[in-house]
Amino acid sequence: MKVSYFPGCTLKTKAKELDIYARRSAEALGVTLEEIENWQCCGGVFTTSNDEIATKLSSIRALKAAGDKGQPLVSVCSACHNVLKQTNAQFNNDADFAFRVNNYVKPDEYNGETKVIHYLELLRDVVGFDKIKEKVVNPLTGKKIAAYYGCLLLRPGKVMAMDDVENPTIMEDFIRAIGGEPVIYAYRNECCGGYITMESKELAAAKSKKVSENAKEKGAELIVTACPLCKYNLDKHAEDIPVVYITELLAEALGVKE
Amino acid sequence: MENKQNVCNEIIRRSGVNPRKCMKCGKCSGTCPAYDEMEYHPHQFVYMVETGDIEPLLKSKSIYRCLSCFACIDRCPRGVEPAKIVEAVRLEVVRQQGNNHLKPNDLPEMLDVDLPQQAIVSAFRKYTK
Repeated sequence: MKVSYFPGCTLKTKAKELDIYARRSAEALGVTLEEIENWQCCGGVFTTSNDEIATKLSSIRALKAAGDKGQPLVSVCSACHNVLKQTNAQFNNDADFAFRVNNYVKPDEYNGETKVIHYLELLRDVVGFDKIKEKVVNPLTGKKIAAYYGCLLLRPGKVMAMDDVENPTIMEDFIRAIGGEPVIYAYRNECCGGYITMESKELAAAKSKKVSENAKEKGAELIVTACPLCKYNLDKHAEDIPVVYITELLAEALGVKE
Repeated sequence: MENKQNVCNEIIRRSGVNPRKCMKCGKCSGTCPAYDEMEYHPHQFVYMVETGDIEPLLKSKSIYRCLSCFACIDRCPRGVEPAKIVEAVRLEVVRQQGNNHLKPNDLPEMLDVDLPQQAIVSAFRKYTK
């Protein structure tokens, strides 16, 4: 099957592994990620104010491009996914906002019907973790892996609706599907500091260290994430524990990494 | 005084938050990852906007400490969504001409070879208009 794909700015630059292995693994699982044409940067964070228009137009255009093909819109980057999904929710809950943003996609209009799904949801709900398990050729047997959700994959819970916002399982189930052993730890859905790393390395370091120390304390050998900024903050400031992207592990398990 | 109230009303309108739902339990501030670096905390933002005490917030660096992690939004037992108030206050400042918190000239010093684009665009989105 084919789905529309929004890679996002960082997957074209500093997080190429997240992109390349996402495409390769999806192909191996029978799904083609079709990059939408002329996509624009999502902006990284959703502006919650209901009178913001300009910063949400790139998402509306991406949503419309996928909708025009009748495909779900998939992204891997937690931030892109968050912005696309929250913008879609605002479109569907706020008629005035919908009317105003549609002034920018004329002569057509966006109908609000595009389904926004994260790559992990594609694996769980479209492909199925059982099927992934069958396709694994290099299981990560015995590897103790800490899933790091961070903020943006899950919150706000009522909009993202991917999993239980405080007790998620999707990444742990993913780890099990590729043969690893998930490590549960308290800080798996706490913030790494995000963009504050730009002006306060100290705050980002403090937040990231709590996450990685907690994961190590619980016996993790490896942390997995879907977010380039989480990876950066953890790599920069954290204890010596490797941080890898979900897609890299998946490609490795499926035998399509090289 | 009247102007202050107008500013607060506009912030409330823009955020979509009803500050009167707040029961001042402080859970938002308790879960805020930037708590230690904030002069005013999320629950105080809600109360101060409700009561028209807006000047201190507009001048405070606290508006740039919110990490947009949405923890206070999900963990508020009353569904107040304090982060939306914090954002609306910040927009009140950065939307005014000349008030951008992050300037392009500040960037070179902040960059390193591994810094993802996501960090830069997110910071610009939050700190400038």
